[in-house]
Order: sequence, then C-alpha cells, then structure tokens
Amino acid sequence: MITTLDPHSRAAYRGWSDITIRNLFVIPTILFLIVFNIFPLLYSLGYSFTDFRASTKDPVNFVGLRNYMELLSDPNIWSNFTITAQYVIVSVSGQVIVGFGLALLLNRSFPLKGLITTLLLLPMMLSMAVVGLFWKLLYDPNFGIINYSLGLGKLEWLGDPNIALYAVALTDIWMWSPFVMLLSLAGLSAVPKHLYEAASIDRASRLYTFFRITLPLVAPILLIAIIFRTMEAFKTFDLAYVMSGQPTTEVVSIRLYKMAFQEWQTGKSCALAYIVLIMVLCITNVYVKYLNKAKER
Amino acid sequence: MAEIELRHIEKHFGPVHVIKDVNLTVKDKEFVVFLGPSGCGKTTTLRAIAGLEEIDSGDILLDGKPIQGLRAADRDIAFVFQNYALYPHFTVFENLAFPLRAVGTAKDVVDRTVRSVGKSLGILHLLNARPSALSGGDMQRVAIGRALVRRPKALLLDEPIGSLDAKLRETMRIELKRLHYENGSTSIYVTHDQVEAMSLADRIVVMNDGVLQQVGTPTEVYLYPANLFVAQFIGSPVMNIAATKVSEADGNARIALDDASFDLPRELLGMLEQKQAAPDLSLGVRPEGVIVSRDDKPGYRPAEAHIIQPFGGFDIVDLKFGEKTLRARTSSGYVDKPGATVFARIDPAQAHFFDTRSGASLGIRLGN
Repeated sequence: MITTLDPHSRAAYRGWSDITIRNLFVIPTILFLIVFNIFPLLYSLGYSFTDFRASTKDPVNFVGLRNYMELLSDPNIWSNFTITAQYVIVSVSGQVIVGFGLALLLNRSFPLKGLITTLLLLPMMLSMAVVGLFWKLLYDPNFGIINYSLGLGKLEWLGDPNIALYAVALTDIWMWSPFVMLLSLAGLSAVPKHLYEAASIDRASRLYTFFRITLPLVAPILLIAIIFRTMEAFKTFDLAYVMSGQPTTEVVSIRLYKMAFQEWQTGKSCALAYIVLIMVLCITNVYVKYLNKAKER
Repeated sequence: MAEIELRHIEKHFGPVHVIKDVNLTVKDKEFVVFLGPSGCGKTTTLRAIAGLEEIDSGDILLDGKPIQGLRAADRDIAFVFQNYALYPHFTVFENLAFPLRAVGTAKDVVDRTVRSVGKSLGILHLLNARPSALSGGDMQRVAIGRALVRRPKALLLDEPIGSLDAKLRETMRIELKRLHYENGSTSIYVTHDQVEAMSLADRIVVMNDGVLQQVGTPTEVYLYPANLFVAQFIGSPVMNIAATKVSEADGNARIALDDASFDLPRELLGMLEQKQAAPDLSLGVRPEGVIVSRDDKPGYRPAEAHIIQPFGGFDIVDLKFGEKTLRARTSSGYVDKPGATVFARIDPAQAHFFDTRSGASLGIRLGN
C-alpha cells in the first residue's frame, strides 16, 4: 500500500536530496568549529610571532621566532616543563596501576557489582575545582582527616614544596583512576573466556596467564586510556592552581596562564601554548605508534 | 598409560540436572565418543573431566587417582575446544609452544617438539602466521597440535570438527583417526554427529538427558540398540518404529501395525512370553530390514511407493501400507516411480522389539 502524501510534502521530499539533508546536519557543526576552534587556533599562531599585549594599545610588531627562542632558552620555562613531566609520570602511572588493579578486582561477578562500580566512578564525574577544594581540606595540616587518620601530625601536604606536587598528583590519581578502570574493565571483559580456559588446560599459572594472555589483549585499550590521561595531565591546570600556590607545583599551564593574563605577554604566551601543543602531539604520536603495533597482533 | 574412570558423577546447573549418576571407564589408549543431542550433558561431562567444570558429587579418576579436586592445569589432560580457542595475539608457532613454555621447557626442546608436531599435522608452512589468517581446517589443526605438543595423558575433544564444511570434516576425521593410531593417547571425543561417532570410535557412549543410554562398539550400538532413543538416534535414515500387537496366526507370529500385518517366525511368541513382555510393544526395523520386491511372493504385503529419495548408491523409499508408512532401502532405481505398487516383508533378523512404556529393548533376536 502506498501512502499518499499531499503534493506539497511530496515536492519537499523530492527537493531535499540525501546530500542536502546531510549538509543541513553537518554544516552548522563545521561552522561552529571554524568560528570557535580553527579560527582562534590560527589567529593565535599569528600572534605567537608578534609582541602583541592585549592590555595595551601599543602597535603590534612582527618579531619572527624571537618569542620561541626566548621561551626555549629560558631555564624557568624548562623548570615548568620538568615539573609538568614529573606530574604526568606520577599521576598517569598511579592512575594506571590503581585503575587497572580495580578493574582486575571488578572483572568477576559478585553481589552489588553494579552499585560498587558506579560508586567507584563518582570521582571523575565531579568538577576539578570542587575536588581540588575539598582535597585541600582533607590535606589541611590542622584539621584535615588525612593527617588525623594516618597519624602524621602536622604534615604540610600542600605547604611543603617537596611534596606539594605529589599531593596534587595523588588527588588527580584519586579522581581519574576510575576512568582507567572503566576502559580496562571494557578491555578485560572483551577477552574471551575460552582463552583463559585454554590457558588453564595448557598448564599456565595465573601469573603467566596474566602476562601472556590478559595484558597483551588489554594493551590496546589500556594504551588509549594512557593517551587520554597523558594529554589531560600534561595540560592540567585547575587542580594545581586551586590546591597550591607553590612554585614547585607551577606546571606549564599555570605558567602559561600567568604569562597571558597576569603579565599580559599575549604574543609570547601564544608561542608557549604552541610549544605545549607540539609536545603533546609528539607524546601522543609515540603512543599511537605503539597502539598500532599492539593492534596489528 | 592413562585410564579415566567416572564414578557416580552428578552435576546441576541451577535447577537443571545435567549429569545424572554417570559411571564409565575409558581404557588406556581407547578412543571413546560421547554421542547425543545438544543439551544432553556430553560436553559438560567432558569439561568436568578436563577440570573446566566442577561436579556436585562423584569421583573422576585418572589412573586410579581421584582428580576432581585438582585444577585443570594440574590434571595433565589436553582439551581441544569447539571454537579452537587459539590465542589471537600469538603466531601459530607461539600457540603451539604455549603449553611447553608455560611450564618452562627449554628453548631447544620447545623448538624441536613444535616442529615435529607441526610436521605431523602438515602446518609447518604456517608457523609464522597468526590465527586470524588461517582457514577453519588449519585453525583446527593448530588447536589439535597445541593439545598434542605436550604429550598429555589424555586428549579430550569437544566437537572439534563441528564447524567445518562437510568435505573438510571427512578429511579431518581420517586425520584424527591417523593421529590416534600414531599417538595412542586415551581420547574422549564429543559429537552430535553419529557418522563421526561411528567412524572414529572404539566405543560409543550414547547420552541423553544427562543419562548414559548405551555404551558399546559402533557395531553393537547399531545392531543392538539398548532402547528406543539409541535406536532412533543412531543410523540414517532413522529406524522405523511402530506400535505393534503380536498374535498367533497360521502357525506364525503375526505382528500388526495399524492396517498392515507381517508374519514372523513362531519362536517370537515364546520369546515374548519368556521376557514377560508388556502388551505395549514397539517394533523397530531399519530401512535395510524392510525387504522390497516388485513381485508378489509368499509372506510379502502389498504397499504403495510414496516418496523416493535417491542417494546415488541406494534409494530410500517410503512405503504406504494403508495409513502406515515404513521406510525401506532398495538398490537404486528399483522402484521406478511414486505410486507404484510393490511388495515388502520384514527381515526377522533385523526386527527389534521395545517396551513402548520404558523404551527399553527386549533383547529379542530372531533367526532368518
């Protein structure tokens, strides 16, 4: 039976080809991306070669690569990068160990599994700033529950320049381990059960099975989690900014923020932002290479 | 030397009683096939022997020692999975080497053993390939190789060639038989395919509903089925089964199947009496036990040919005796077309009698 359409809507159907409809959906998104992402990206690239300061009306001069040269030869910037690297290594490896460990524990059936998994996922659903603020309270040397329950006396978690960075990383680990856990759990449950049966028939011990079967098969998805977390940790800002004002926790994003909005060196800060971008791209590229290798198997 | 013994095995999955008091001894070097329809408990029994499934009660003995408490890894029993269960991230070589490397075998021994098993299975040229690049038959060869490489005490195979195409199944069947001759390891093989069972087994174990129905050589279960289930499960086309009444007529034992009746030797009456047979009897006769003739001869009953299925070497012809249909096997083209009138009798030597209610065979064998 053919449904009869009134002539108007029939014409409308005929007039709108698949391509038109596709464009209707796609073009707004593309416009949005161009206006709010691509344009600022290119515009700031232009700024990075100038001495532009957004706070003054001074004429803007093209300075070539001077901003980049100055930044790359500035030992203070390198110290910011070193701090960032320390932070990334501690926080990402912590998240992988805790997250993957939790996933291994959760990868079996037990009562209330769904509820417990959901509860474990809560930290990553909170706002960074909120997490930073209440961990600041937890860390407080006078009334914080961490010192109280661990019996650490008046340990200055965030005040001691030697441990402040690790205290911030610990908070990040608490917050983002669930993310690694979630992805690992997906990876673990995708390993066919019969492979474990085959391994047990093949006389493999639990440890041998873990390293030869589980880990290689989960590796690709674990790498994706690591890529995401490295990128995020590399450009981390809120946690460190909210929790600590120590120079030892001045990761590169904080330096960038200060340069752009406190010192108003707009052109130079654009250059720094580009250096960060290129570094993140390089690191993720290394991971993606590994990922492709792992996937080939 | 490896003898597997099952004593009073019981197993439930929730409310479902999947294995019911199974007792069986598989002798050293024997090739035993578990045969039954899907869901009959044959695979569960096999997995219980391997240690992949726990049993509720009973004993599993390997060479007289109870092993039901041991982990699969400690039982020294190899298992070939229906879906092959090859390690996707390893090459064929690494797959074959896995059982050896898992127990820390020396590198040169691993190398030598893998190559010799690879050679005997004809997969030497595939050693560097990954499982995803293999055909179904080659995957199965690798799976079998992985089981053989460690020289296990016993080899368990769960429908290993079930997912291959018909032609390849036949090749693999012959290969499996050859491997068994060469290795001589005690083997238990699960299948629902009676042709596979008949052609491979030293002894067939027919299972249904978690219960062992019959244990015997292929010939025994074919010629002397213990009950109606075995009679109908083994043999293709299926054995004719018909409710029957036996009476005395003209000095013979007359068996009546609805409209048709056939005369069998008089001794049947005495045998039935001796067995104290219940009045509800079923006659079973395989298609080759229904003898067809074009001419009316004494003892033959007229029938109308109905559906004719040519199989090349022979035909299977449905014969209608009024409402009752019996399936007969004839030489090919013997009955030329449906609707033709032919004559048939039942070969007394191939007639089986069952108690309809219990299904058990009465064990009556008539001479010609």
